[in-house]
Amino acid sequence: MKYVDEFRDPEHARRLLAEIASRMASPALQARLPIRIMEVCGGHTHSIFRYGLEALLPEGLELIHGPGCPVCVLPRERVDDCLAIAAQPDVILTTFGDAMRVPGSRQSLQQAKAEGADVRMVYSPLDALQIARDNPDKRIVFFGLGFETTMPATAITLQQAAREGLGNFFLLCHHITIVPTLRALLDDDDVHVDAFIGPGHVSMVIGREPYAFIAEAYHKPFVISGFEPLDILQSILMLLNQLHEGKAAVENQYRRVVSAAGNAQAQQAVAEVFEPRERSAWRGLGEIEHSGVRLTSTYAAFDAERAFALPSQVVADPPDCRCGEVLKGQMRPQACPLFGSRCTPSHPMGALMVSSEGACAACFQYQRMDA
Amino acid sequence: MPTLLDDSHITLSHGAGGRAMRTLIETLFIEAFGNDELCRTEDQARLDLARLSAQGDRLAFTTDSYVIDPLEFPGGNIGSLAVNGTLNDLAVGGARPLYLSCAFIIEEGMAVSQLRRIVEAMREAARAAGVSIITGDTKVVPRGKGDGLFINTSGLGVVPQGLELAASRCEPGDRVVVSGTLGDHGAAILQARGELALASNLTSDCRSLHGLVQHMLAQTTEIKAMRDATRGGVAAILHEFAAASGRAIRVFEDSLPVKPEVRGVCEILGLDALHFANEGKLVAVVAQERADALVRAMRQHEAGRDACIIGEILEGPAGRVQIRTLMGSERLLDLPEGELLPRIC
Amino acid sequence: MCLGVPGEIIAIEDAGSLTAVVEISGVRRSVNLACVLAEGVPPESLLGQWVLVHVGFAMSLIDAEEARKTLELLAELQNLAAAGDPEVRD
Repeated sequence: MKYVDEFRDPEHARRLLAEIASRMASPALQARLPIRIMEVCGGHTHSIFRYGLEALLPEGLELIHGPGCPVCVLPRERVDDCLAIAAQPDVILTTFGDAMRVPGSRQSLQQAKAEGADVRMVYSPLDALQIARDNPDKRIVFFGLGFETTMPATAITLQQAAREGLGNFFLLCHHITIVPTLRALLDDDDVHVDAFIGPGHVSMVIGREPYAFIAEAYHKPFVISGFEPLDILQSILMLLNQLHEGKAAVENQYRRVVSAAGNAQAQQAVAEVFEPRERSAWRGLGEIEHSGVRLTSTYAAFDAERAFALPSQVVADPPDCRCGEVLKGQMRPQACPLFGSRCTPSHPMGALMVSSEGACAACFQYQRMDA
Repeated sequence: MPTLLDDSHITLSHGAGGRAMRTLIETLFIEAFGNDELCRTEDQARLDLARLSAQGDRLAFTTDSYVIDPLEFPGGNIGSLAVNGTLNDLAVGGARPLYLSCAFIIEEGMAVSQLRRIVEAMREAARAAGVSIITGDTKVVPRGKGDGLFINTSGLGVVPQGLELAASRCEPGDRVVVSGTLGDHGAAILQARGELALASNLTSDCRSLHGLVQHMLAQTTEIKAMRDATRGGVAAILHEFAAASGRAIRVFEDSLPVKPEVRGVCEILGLDALHFANEGKLVAVVAQERADALVRAMRQHEAGRDACIIGEILEGPAGRVQIRTLMGSERLLDLPEGELLPRIC
Repeated sequence: MCLGVPGEIIAIEDAGSLTAVVEISGVRRSVNLACVLAEGVPPESLLGQWVLVHVGFAMSLIDAEEARKTLELLAELQNLAAAGDPEVRD
């Protein structure tokens, strides 16, 4: 596959790993071990685990899997909201595949579907729009989640719905933003991170500028990275080079996809359809200000939060959940007392076991080896 | 002979035991499957034991039920699946498949034309494999209670004396061989369902494996175990082998044969071809020194063109399946929790 | 938040609704071009262009030259430390 296979070449990987080892062996970096690099994107978490990259990195280099999986950080009360909507007899609830398995306080959307609720998986919000066109006598609600990568898709879909004057299409919005979350992590005294692997596809939309404060105010190196193993390894090398030189800058490793300004059309659509929400709840992290969006008043007619009565009752995780600590890098998944015993992918107790990109689920699935 | 001219759709009468059912059975099922035993229309099929004993010393017996959506898909339908699937379960035990039973549970309202196509596919599959469908049953359930059609087939075969294929025979160092590309059926079905609006030239790999198995057994006596990959994909078979043998298995990511289109479906949805269903592929464990020759022989057979070595048996720990990634690292190859759901991350 | 796949635009489906057919390793899907078409640019101009596909939208034009440069950098690893990122030079 073009633009994929070249970036999975094992020979290039070996050379990158050798360079990484060489840089790590330098006195400057040896003096500040361990080096802790955080990534904040479920796709990076998945790639790192799928290719076993951590095992190939030298001692003293730690990868921390931050809050980059929107399915994992989905609060359970939001799932309850979806279930309340899906329980209406004239409603077809649509959402992405991996959101269907997240348990609410009582059950997941997949379980509700098994009990007869009309819940359908879609690959694209445009597919949900088509379902609305095909079923004029029903109300179709699209549960939209995801970071800035996915917001434009939802926004453009709503613009289309508005142009067509569709009265039976609604959005339950749970889009979240990464920058306030990064700031919250940087402001947290319990979080010790030396550098960041930046989210490649979020950046494809928002560009480089929003991250400038990370280098300027917090002096942390930040490299926007692609998702193939060579991309991630090259980004790690670029971060180590910065640390070695005592530099802190925002760099772009993913130049074939990400431009400095991001995607103007996508940004325009998002600005027209969404506005910031005062605060959003992140499962495992609590509330983060301005980390979510809702529909503007222009699009109020499409807002499921206005069209439906939602329980929105906060559901706390069990007290012995340690997801927050794992998300911040204070603890590795295996160190959580619930990991693999009371908390597994088939019965997840907390956020990070819920989706296959969650750090704990990925660790459980790929890494339960004694070696 | 009465015909079904007046009936375009199956009704509850066709399962009620009366004239309508009689007509359905005679004009559709017996007409298609026609053989001496079936045509005697007794309540049971009777088989000459002496003739069976002449072909081997053990009877192989297996059963499977088939539920699939959509009922018809590129490369086959529920009928061809029902015949080949059960035959393959017999074949991978080294048995010569001989007879099938076939039970239909039909949902009221099913189009007779569709049922006819399915039955004809079963006839074709049975004929190609040299087996007879010798007994059966027909039920019709009310609309909404049946998902179109469910089929159960049970199969009888005879295992030649001295042939013992079993996971317990796997030894460290043995090689794991697959007969062709991974995940074709699962990817084709996902596409055919239409929910994800993907299109390609993919077809299901539904086919009988008996001929290939016999070809392989003629090549070497050092084949330890064999299973056909179905639901759960090749990954599920590897887990079965590892658990049953008390050994571990390592597969090599760079040796896995995958069609470009299956790869495309996997990359788009964030899924793994090792977890996708197959319906015409087998996984075999063979002694290391015979593996290359076996693969060469398999490739000469139409059902084994893309055969290759994909892994090896390890000492332990018991039950573990791991993969050496493209990057050279080792990680677990786990079984998915349940249904394969596409990722957005 | 990220699953994106490179694909080639092989046909324009409906210029009015800005949809095209993208091919990814032999698998074809409809994609929306709104994010990769500037005002007034005809959809046909994207035929043969490789794009990054995410949830049914073409989200970025893949820059073949940048891809080549990234791979070249990997091939000459000794120069990596010296090259850095020209956009960040202050």
